[in-house]
Amino acid sequence: MIVATLVPLQAVALALVALGAPAVVLSRDPLKMIVVNGLYGLTLVLMFVIFGAPDVALSMLVVGTVAYPLVVLVAIARVRARSGEEEGEE
Amino acid sequence: MTRRVRIGIFLPALAGLAALLVWAYTGIPAFGDYQGPYGFVVTKLATPLRHMDNAVNSVTYDIRGIDTMGEEFILFGAVIGVVLLLRGEEGRTEDVHDDTGSDLVRVFGTLAIGAVVLVGLWVVAFGFVTPGGGFQGGVAVASGALLLYLAAGYREWAAFGNESILDPIKGIGGGGYAVIGLAALVGGMPFLTNFFHGGVTGSVFSGGSAAFVNWSAGIEVAAALVILFSEFLEEYIVPLAKGS
Repeated sequence: MIVATLVPLQAVALALVALGAPAVVLSRDPLKMIVVNGLYGLTLVLMFVIFGAPDVALSMLVVGTVAYPLVVLVAIARVRARSGEEEGEE
Repeated sequence: MTRRVRIGIFLPALAGLAALLVWAYTGIPAFGDYQGPYGFVVTKLATPLRHMDNAVNSVTYDIRGIDTMGEEFILFGAVIGVVLLLRGEEGRTEDVHDDTGSDLVRVFGTLAIGAVVLVGLWVVAFGFVTPGGGFQGGVAVASGALLLYLAAGYREWAAFGNESILDPIKGIGGGGYAVIGLAALVGGMPFLTNFFHGGVTGSVFSGGSAAFVNWSAGIEVAAALVILFSEFLEEYIVPLAKGS
């Protein structure tokens, strides 16, 4: 049985994640939300590294900063283009 | 539903959830208190038995390789679902000019493609030595490919992000995993048994047949994500082309 204690660095990483998540939810504009979400992803990466899971951090780094923002950005661009068309037709 | 009714439903639900969470959190093991025997067994045996330094990947690609095969087929199915849902938006994209205006972005972006893809391949290749492996490396390779669109433009991307090239690669990656598993069956062993325990511990040639499983996962993940990116980019580009 291994019992570790929470070192200050780990506490800081957890605090950053705890602050980042509400920041994502509280940013109402989708474009701002993506940027904030990317920063939140970086805090998660930091947490994974500090807690000794560098392989999870690698995945999170790429998914959180490249793949996910791309998918969301394209979806927003598409929805805005479509609602623009409908307004034009009315 | 009025605001009062909503709050009347929300507050008891919130109180119930909070009570359950507090109850659950007081019952979990202490921080860093690991009780399962398997972690200790695997970290002790991964190097002498499998010539792998990265115990995590000795689980994901060898000892419990069948779970990873399931995950890989989930990704395969998910990407096919995206391709099916986003079909039909074919259009002329040759006239789209959304190239980067900045030469600086072009030059450094193009240089970064090579660097990111190389790092991705390195992460796949040394999956049994250092943290990483097929999934993480594959994602990095795909992101390097996406830089082609970001640094150059859609036309350069379209030449490469082409389904007739990517679909077979993805199939080889996904199918290769199962074929390596079946090869063990042909040899009279259980499915996905690591059938040559060779390799030099700590080198790129470690991991036995699981190294091939790792590579097939890397190929399939990279191709699947590039297909995903190209489907989403098509959704973005085609209306632009119609508008111009």
